[in-house]
Amino acid sequence: MLTLQLLVSGLANGCVYGLIALGFVLIYKATEAVNFAQGDFMMLGAFVALAFANDDWAGLSFWIAAPLAMIVMGVFGYLVDMAILRRMFGQSQIAVVILTIALGFVLRFAAGFVFGHEPVSLKSPMAGQEVRFGGLVLGLDEVSIIVVTVALTMLLWLVFARTRLGVAMQAASQNQLAAYYMGIPVKRIHSLTWALSGVVAAIAGILFASKGSIDPSTGLLGIKAFAASVIGGLGSLPGALIGGLIVGLIEPFASYYLAAGYSQIAPYLLLFLVLVFRPHGILAQIHAKKV
Amino acid sequence: MRTLFKTSYDFDIRLVKHAGHALWYGLLVLFALAVPLLFDVFLIGEATSLLIWSIGGMGLMILVGQAGQESLGHAAFLAVGCYANTILQDRMGLPFLLALPLAGLISGFAGVLLALPTARLHGIYLAIATLAVSMLVEDVIILAEPVTGGVGGLVAPTISIFGVEFDRYAAPGRFYYLVLAVTILVVFAYLNLLRSPLGRAFAAVRDSEISARAMGVDIARAKATAFGLSTAITGLCGALMGHFAGVFNHESFTLITSIQMLMMVVIGGLGTIHGAFFGAAVVVLLPQAIVFARDFIGSFTGAGSVAVPGLEAAIFGVILVLFILFEPLGIYGRWIKTRTFFDLFPFYRKSMFRRQKSYLKTERMR
Repeated sequence: MLTLQLLVSGLANGCVYGLIALGFVLIYKATEAVNFAQGDFMMLGAFVALAFANDDWAGLSFWIAAPLAMIVMGVFGYLVDMAILRRMFGQSQIAVVILTIALGFVLRFAAGFVFGHEPVSLKSPMAGQEVRFGGLVLGLDEVSIIVVTVALTMLLWLVFARTRLGVAMQAASQNQLAAYYMGIPVKRIHSLTWALSGVVAAIAGILFASKGSIDPSTGLLGIKAFAASVIGGLGSLPGALIGGLIVGLIEPFASYYLAAGYSQIAPYLLLFLVLVFRPHGILAQIHAKKV
Repeated sequence: MRTLFKTSYDFDIRLVKHAGHALWYGLLVLFALAVPLLFDVFLIGEATSLLIWSIGGMGLMILVGQAGQESLGHAAFLAVGCYANTILQDRMGLPFLLALPLAGLISGFAGVLLALPTARLHGIYLAIATLAVSMLVEDVIILAEPVTGGVGGLVAPTISIFGVEFDRYAAPGRFYYLVLAVTILVVFAYLNLLRSPLGRAFAAVRDSEISARAMGVDIARAKATAFGLSTAITGLCGALMGHFAGVFNHESFTLITSIQMLMMVVIGGLGTIHGAFFGAAVVVLLPQAIVFARDFIGSFTGAGSVAVPGLEAAIFGVILVLFILFEPLGIYGRWIKTRTFFDLFPFYRKSMFRRQKSYLKTERMR
C-alpha cells in the first residue's frame, strides 16, 4: 500500500514535470530553441489564474478563470516571441538559452513585485476532494493532473502529426530557409508555437497551484522539468511525459529508501548518466550527427 | 589611423603589436599598481573583487569564447578550487604558495574528468550536462560533511607567504597586490595560449568542428584540454574567492553563480580578454550602482530606501537581454566599433560588423 501511495504521488508530481517539459519540447520541436524560462512561464500562468480566481483579486469562478489564464498566457507567449525571440533569428542556439534564462530572472522579479513572495494557493474545485478506486483513496487534484497530462500529450501529438499547423511547425524546424521558400510563414509559426507553449504552461501552472501552493521561485522547478525532457529525449512529446514520470517517480522513492540529501541528487545524477550513455534521451530523435 | 606594415610572420603572434599597445597597457598596469595608494579600503576591496571575478571570467572565456563550448556549471569548479585550497592549507598544512597552484591543478583535473564522458556532447546538450554537474556538486558539498564542513561551511585560513600575512581585512592593500599578481599571470598565460597552436585549434573547433577535423585537429582532445585549462583557472579564482569571502559554504557556489559567470562573459564580449574584465566590472559594480540609485531616488521621494528582493537579478537580466538583442559582441565589441568608427571616419559602415546568419536545420530524424 505504501508503494502504491508513493507511486501515485510520484505520478502526479511527474505529470507536472511532464507538463512543463511538454512546453520545452513544443518550442524545441518547432523552433529548435530551448526556453529555459518555461518554468517561470508556468509560475506566471498560475499567478494569472490566481488573479482571476481568488477572492482577494477578481474572484471569478474557476471555470472562467482557467480559460482566461490560458488565453492571457497564450497572448503573452506570442508577444514574447514577436518582441524578443524574433530578433534572434539566425543566431546561435546558446544565445537563445542565455536570453531565456535572463528572461526567467525578469519574470520572477515581476511576479514577486506584483504578487509578493509569500506562497499562495489557487482557489479551485479540485482541492480537498477525494476519489475512491476500490480501497485506494486519491486526491481529486492528483487524479485530474494525471488525466489532463495524458490527454494533453495525446492532443499535442495529434496536432503535430495530423494538422496543417503541426506539419508546418515540423517543416519550419526541419529547415527554416527551405520552409520559408515553400511558403510557410516561419516567423508566424514560431510565434504560434510560443503561444501554444504559453497555454500549456498556464495549464501546468493551474494544476500545480491547485495541488499545492506557488511562489515566484516555483519557476526554478523548470530546471527539473528540463532534466525530465532531456531524459525522455529532447524533441519527443511522449518522451517528455516519460521523462517527467521517471523524475517524478524517482524522487519519492529515493527520499523514502535513501538517506536524506541523496534524494535531491537522484534526478540530476540520472540526467548526467543518461547524457553520458544515451546522449539523446530514451526516445532518441537523433540517430547520427549529420555533417 | 595606424597602419601596421608586417614584414615577418612574427608580427602576427607578437604580444605587443605596436607602440600604442605598450603605452596604454603600461599605463593600465601602473594604474592597477597605484590603486591601494589612491583609494580607500572599500574601493580597494571592490577592485580586488573585480580582479577575482575577472580571473574566473577568463577561465570561462577560454572555454566559451575560445573553444566554443558552453558551460552552465562553472560554479562547481569554483567550489572545487575553493575547497581544495582551504583543505590543503588547513588539513595538510601546505603553504599558500603550494596550495593555490595545487587547487588549480585539482580543479583542472576535475574538469578533464568531466570532459572525457561529455566529449560527445555539444551545444545545448553540453550546457545541460554541465548544469547537472553544478546541481550535483552543490548537494555533494552538503553530503561530504566531514571534508567540506557541510552546511556550516569552512573558514579560509589567513594567507601567509614567507612569514608575511596577506589578510583581506588587516592588510587589504597587500591582498590586492597578491590578487593582481595572479591576475597578471593568468592574463599572460591566456595571451600565450592564444598565439600557440593549441589556441588556434580551439578557435578551429569553435568555428566549425567539421573543418577543424579536416585540418587535423583532434577534437575530443582539444575539448578536453580546453575544459582542463578553463577549470584550472576557474579553480584559482575559486580559491581566491574563498580567501576574499573568508567564510563559504555550498550556497556560495549555486547554479545562479554559474549562470552569472556565463552572463558575465557574454555581456563583456565573447572571445576577448577585455570582455572578461568588462563583464567582471558589471558584476561587481552593479549592486553598488543599484544601492546608489535607490538612495538617490529615496532622497527625492522622501521614502526610505526600500529593499526590493530579486531586483539585482532582474536588472542583470534586463541588461543581458538588451546586450544579446542589440550588442551581441558585448561591451568590448561596442568599444571596437566606436574605435573603428573614428579610425575610419568618415568611411565606417554598419555592415562591417554584421555577422553571418545561420539558419537552423534540425538534427532530428523523426
